[in-house]
Amino acid sequence: MSATNPSSSATLPVVPAAESAHAGCASCSVYRAANLKKLGVTMDSWDYVVALAGNPNTGKSTVFNALTGLRQHTGNWPGKTVARAEGGYAYDEKRFKLVDLPGTYSLLSTSLDEQIARDFVLFGQPDVTVIVADATRLERNLNLVFQVLEITERAVVCLNLMDEAKRHGITVDERQLVRDLGVPVVPTTARFGKGMPELLEAISDVATGKFVCRAQRFEVEPGAVKPALDDLMAMLIDAYPDLPNPRWVALRLLGGDESIVEALRSGELGTLQGFGAREPNVA
Amino acid sequence: MDTPHAASTSPQADAILAATQRWRSQIPGDLHEHLVEAIFEQAARVADRAVSHPGHEARPTFDRRLDRLLTSRWTGFPIMILLFAAMFWITITGANMPSAMIASVLIDHGHPWLHSLFDTAGSPWWLTGLVVDGMYLGTAWVVSVMLPPMAIFFPMFTLLEDFGYLPRVAFNLDRLFKASGAHGKQAMTTMMGFGCNAAGVIATRIIDSPRERLIAIITNNFALCNGRWPTQILIATVFLGVLVPPALAGFVSAAAVTGVALLGVLLTFVVGWGLSRTVLRGEVSTFSLELPPYRPPRFWRTLYTSLIDRTLFVLWRAVVFALPAGAVIWLVANVHLGGDSLAGHFIRFTDPVGLFLGLNGVILLAYIIAIPANEIVIPTILMLTVMVTGLHGVGSGAGVMFELESDSAVHDLLVAGGWTTLTAVNLMLFSLIHNPCSTTIYTIYKETGSKRWTIVSALLPLVMGFVVCGLVACVWRVVA
Repeated sequence: MSATNPSSSATLPVVPAAESAHAGCASCSVYRAANLKKLGVTMDSWDYVVALAGNPNTGKSTVFNALTGLRQHTGNWPGKTVARAEGGYAYDEKRFKLVDLPGTYSLLSTSLDEQIARDFVLFGQPDVTVIVADATRLERNLNLVFQVLEITERAVVCLNLMDEAKRHGITVDERQLVRDLGVPVVPTTARFGKGMPELLEAISDVATGKFVCRAQRFEVEPGAVKPALDDLMAMLIDAYPDLPNPRWVALRLLGGDESIVEALRSGELGTLQGFGAREPNVA
Repeated sequence: MDTPHAASTSPQADAILAATQRWRSQIPGDLHEHLVEAIFEQAARVADRAVSHPGHEARPTFDRRLDRLLTSRWTGFPIMILLFAAMFWITITGANMPSAMIASVLIDHGHPWLHSLFDTAGSPWWLTGLVVDGMYLGTAWVVSVMLPPMAIFFPMFTLLEDFGYLPRVAFNLDRLFKASGAHGKQAMTTMMGFGCNAAGVIATRIIDSPRERLIAIITNNFALCNGRWPTQILIATVFLGVLVPPALAGFVSAAAVTGVALLGVLLTFVVGWGLSRTVLRGEVSTFSLELPPYRPPRFWRTLYTSLIDRTLFVLWRAVVFALPAGAVIWLVANVHLGGDSLAGHFIRFTDPVGLFLGLNGVILLAYIIAIPANEIVIPTILMLTVMVTGLHGVGSGAGVMFELESDSAVHDLLVAGGWTTLTAVNLMLFSLIHNPCSTTIYTIYKETGSKRWTIVSALLPLVMGFVVCGLVACVWRVVA
């Protein structure tokens, strides 16, 4: 997305001269988080697009509100967000557009809310995908994390609801997680704003390339699939040169995903590639 | 993938599809399942390395005990009904005084003041009538009737929602939805519908089967939306509350409103059952419903959000619709054709049908004017009743909406307009069972993309409303 707004950094607010006296502070994450500018929806240009994905009811909308200053209604029930919500913030002199996606248990399902989430991660090509995970139910949440990592490496895991985990006596070794996942992992309690500075920094680091993600992709397909995968990928790249994730699309085709087959047949796949996710009937 | 595919839009896509078909027949086993299994294994391995749980089995937590109570087969439903009845009771008793205060400022003082201002400025009578007696009064009425109940009801509902109660309601209702052939997640969209049907219709996106989603969309209208709460509350207060001693009036009114809301839920099941056995036949899909932990709501934040996002948002919508509707009401009451006003003609024409249904021509006309927003039904009915009965001493002439000083004045006026307890009961029923407002109809069209289903969603409840009111009227006449 950043490629569509190459000149947007020119519109950034200039840091006042008085603040530059503390030049040493400016490189510190605490200082930069204090200067977080919550931009709400007033955003006409941006440097990076950040998607917020995650299982239902893990607090995506709460994280979204904490970062953008918006007050999207949050509810304590799964399935509250059914459409995309967008907002923005400025951090470290860059402008970030944040997209709150409907909660999904997987990216393989067929309901409209899950499709909205999948299409955006797959075709919207966000610069960073933040996966909000419930620290008290990590194993189930990791299923989605791995599915996202299959599509994009540029991800940050936001380990939310740490207060509840603590209440239940659950501890999570986040450094072990970083090693196993290959992407930054930030423990947070979004309801009380805890961990937000660290989350902002991690997003920024991945967006700017300061942190290079090395997602642990594992060989999920049996050896017999390899020639099929190579063949389909070659055909896909030939037909849709801008398709961001030909490997994933080929895997879904071989797995018999009707919605991808339909997207291919209707020509939708061609129009989706490299373009923001479609906006289905949001009233 | 087992059925041959229709030709696609490009030869390249066709080639890819053909290759997919070919490869799929050569790959042993189910690749999709294999992938899902691989991901699950990986997740289990990684989680096992990172998470440490407390060694001993935790003793039953507060959450678990509360869940046992709220979702039990025996106590789940009574608690649910009591909780909602209590919320209605607090809303009904709490909204009276602020409503009267707002009305006193906006109507008793604001209206004459505005009137004299227009007169001093030399405005022609029809302009004063259209703007001050029509648009201003209509809007002021809507604000004073709607703002207090919403400002009390929505924060309570939102606190309950943030606490995590709604998924428990869904859990309780799931069995019933399943029995009716609908999707259990519809409990969620019904809950949303209690706020606003248009929002409820959008919320049906969480249902993945198109058949069950259609059922959820068509039946969402039976969830009493906030545009209809004020009608229910007012009529229950002035007609049913007075049937019992004053000490019990609040309880009886709250019970009546709860009863209508429950009837709506019942109709949701009945219509869902009917649809899933006729035009929308199919299997019930299974799903897993996550009961999230109870979370103490952040009180002030919740209060703020519900006031700004819900109350003011809904109020703004009502005002936007009340302005033109006020003008329309004034016009139909003051534009004369052949010796009678347009409203007079319509009411005389429809009164026989209305009376047969236990309603009257005024109510039917009010529901046509109120298609854009249910919120303005009561003001419209009162204004038209004044005009038809030709009462003097209340309001200030034909087509002027006014605030009556007390609920008993509303009662007296409507009785003078020929109302009986039957009219009141049937108005409450018809308010529950009639076509959705125009915003919801438009939303249904956008979500389904089908003119046919939009028409069904609009007309089915309307026909049902006529049938139900007609039946109640017949039984009433036989019994009474």
